[in-house]
Amino acid sequence: MRLASYILSRLLQMIPVLIGITIFAFLFIQLLPGDPIQTMLGGKASPEAIEAAHQKFGLDQPLPIQYLLFLRNALQGDLGTSITQRTLVSGLIAERFVPSIFLLIYAMIIAMLLALPLSLIAARRSDRLVDHTIRISGMITISMPAFWLGLLLILLFGLTLDLFPISGWGDDFLGHIHSLFLPAVVIGLATAPVLIQSLRSSLLDTMQMDFIEAARAKGLNPNRIMIRHVLRNALIPMVTVLAVNVGWLIGGSVVVENVFSIPGIGRLLVQAVLTRDYPTIQALTLVFGILVLIVNLITDLTYAVVDPRVTYQ
Amino acid sequence: MSVKSVALPIRIRRFNPGAWRNVVAGWPLNLKIGLTMLMTIALAGIFAPVLTPYDPIIGDFQNALDPPSWEHPFGTDNVGRDVFSRVLYGARIDLQIGFIATYVPFIYGVALGAIAGYVGGWFDTLLMRLVDITIAFPFLVIIIVILAILGPGIQNMYIAVFAAGWTIYTRLARAEMLVIRQQEYILAAQALGYNRMRIIFRHAVPNLIGSSIVFSMSDFVLNILLASALSYFGIGVQPPAPEWGAIVTDGRDWLLQAWWISTLPGFAIIFTGVAASLIGDGLSKIISQRNTPVL
Repeated sequence: MRLASYILSRLLQMIPVLIGITIFAFLFIQLLPGDPIQTMLGGKASPEAIEAAHQKFGLDQPLPIQYLLFLRNALQGDLGTSITQRTLVSGLIAERFVPSIFLLIYAMIIAMLLALPLSLIAARRSDRLVDHTIRISGMITISMPAFWLGLLLILLFGLTLDLFPISGWGDDFLGHIHSLFLPAVVIGLATAPVLIQSLRSSLLDTMQMDFIEAARAKGLNPNRIMIRHVLRNALIPMVTVLAVNVGWLIGGSVVVENVFSIPGIGRLLVQAVLTRDYPTIQALTLVFGILVLIVNLITDLTYAVVDPRVTYQ
Repeated sequence: MSVKSVALPIRIRRFNPGAWRNVVAGWPLNLKIGLTMLMTIALAGIFAPVLTPYDPIIGDFQNALDPPSWEHPFGTDNVGRDVFSRVLYGARIDLQIGFIATYVPFIYGVALGAIAGYVGGWFDTLLMRLVDITIAFPFLVIIIVILAILGPGIQNMYIAVFAAGWTIYTRLARAEMLVIRQQEYILAAQALGYNRMRIIFRHAVPNLIGSSIVFSMSDFVLNILLASALSYFGIGVQPPAPEWGAIVTDGRDWLLQAWWISTLPGFAIIFTGVAASLIGDGLSKIISQRNTPVL
């Protein structure tokens, strides 16, 4: 019951931000120099098409009305027509969405697989050589430009050793896993240090707690204490760290999708910018903003479900 | 007598070089290493014309695609430019981007957050909604979209970062201000009848700026990475300027014939990134040790 009202209040909180995102996407076309219709229809548009667009977007109406029309169209799934591809933007995004989400989840899993054992080691041997080595390695991987590391991995594992494909995302599930491995590693390596840093410090905090002292006094195996007692409690803040960094993850995936020619929304965005396909850019602005909002919502809800101490306010 | 004892500490701070040496000696090791590394890069950029005889822009076609050698430590690119010289001159561009893109938003980000945290009310609510909307977009995405409006180039890149890069400082400063506002020295300043701007900027800001300074070192790295990614997409610093990311991008089509063009400049970015991370680490150690407020 209280959970339900928490979810409701959380959804209500999203509304002003959602309105802000749509206003920004709407203003995007308005802010461009030149006539918005020319911008949306591209260079060569027939007089009939221009007239129809004037009607549809209500360009003779004041701006607030235009915004409401834009909202109505967007809610009906009409995000305009791509100038370069000559198809509906909504369809274009729908087909590009899956590879991007697949890559994001894959990268997150790799980052977690790196972060869990390394942060456990770093916390158990804090301020020793291993701990310092892990931290310095993190500083190095986080400073690597994603496209540089991508090119390096393509050169080494793709072109020289021929172990992984250097572009595309494969045909079936195993193909996806195989093709997206290098891209996911690039994003994972950039994300893992942030996770390690926060997990290490929350592990160290948890190790100071009384109940851990109690478990030690009972004579439990130290490794068992570390995994069953310390890690389980330290993992909760990690959910938030992952969510805070989702923007960073998505940024990484935009770069990596372009390096590895993965047909995702990040590649679509850059191509649209380079070809001045403004309706597509506008729609993607909306999609990326809403994507981050949804991830944050899911995180907060997971947090509330996982940790019964969270008060729903 | 009492006049002397007040004047003394001020004189030590201004004129005694020994005191300054003591301050440096008290710094954590990673701060010293990080600063040394960053100074090395900065000096390499400043003295690039002395350190290398080659021009970073004009190539020598006769020596195109030469592998690394004593003459060309990082080899040459497809138009015969010395890659090492380009990396040295590139330090000027990338460090400039790192500083400007980080510390311009830093200044008004902290100021806005401090004011919002202190005055509260509609200003605070409005500002925080604006922050929420801005951070709803992934940073790289919002920069790319703004550049789609403004067009490519370093000038527009700065405008985009100034528009989107301040939010984290605002949030940090505001959060700290909410705590500091309740502290006795602020209450004392209020009781003395100082005006709000004086209390905020003279009394509160010096005490809440620590976390923002530590974060700014990560931001410094992120901004250099941003600039290099934008060069990769062709919408950032325009060729033939030797921005580090642009040099890596130049070598993309020559990966198999000339691996050195793309790979070696990347280490300049990593070196700078590690330097900034070490500085950030050291600063956070100093700040967590310091517990007396600056009045």
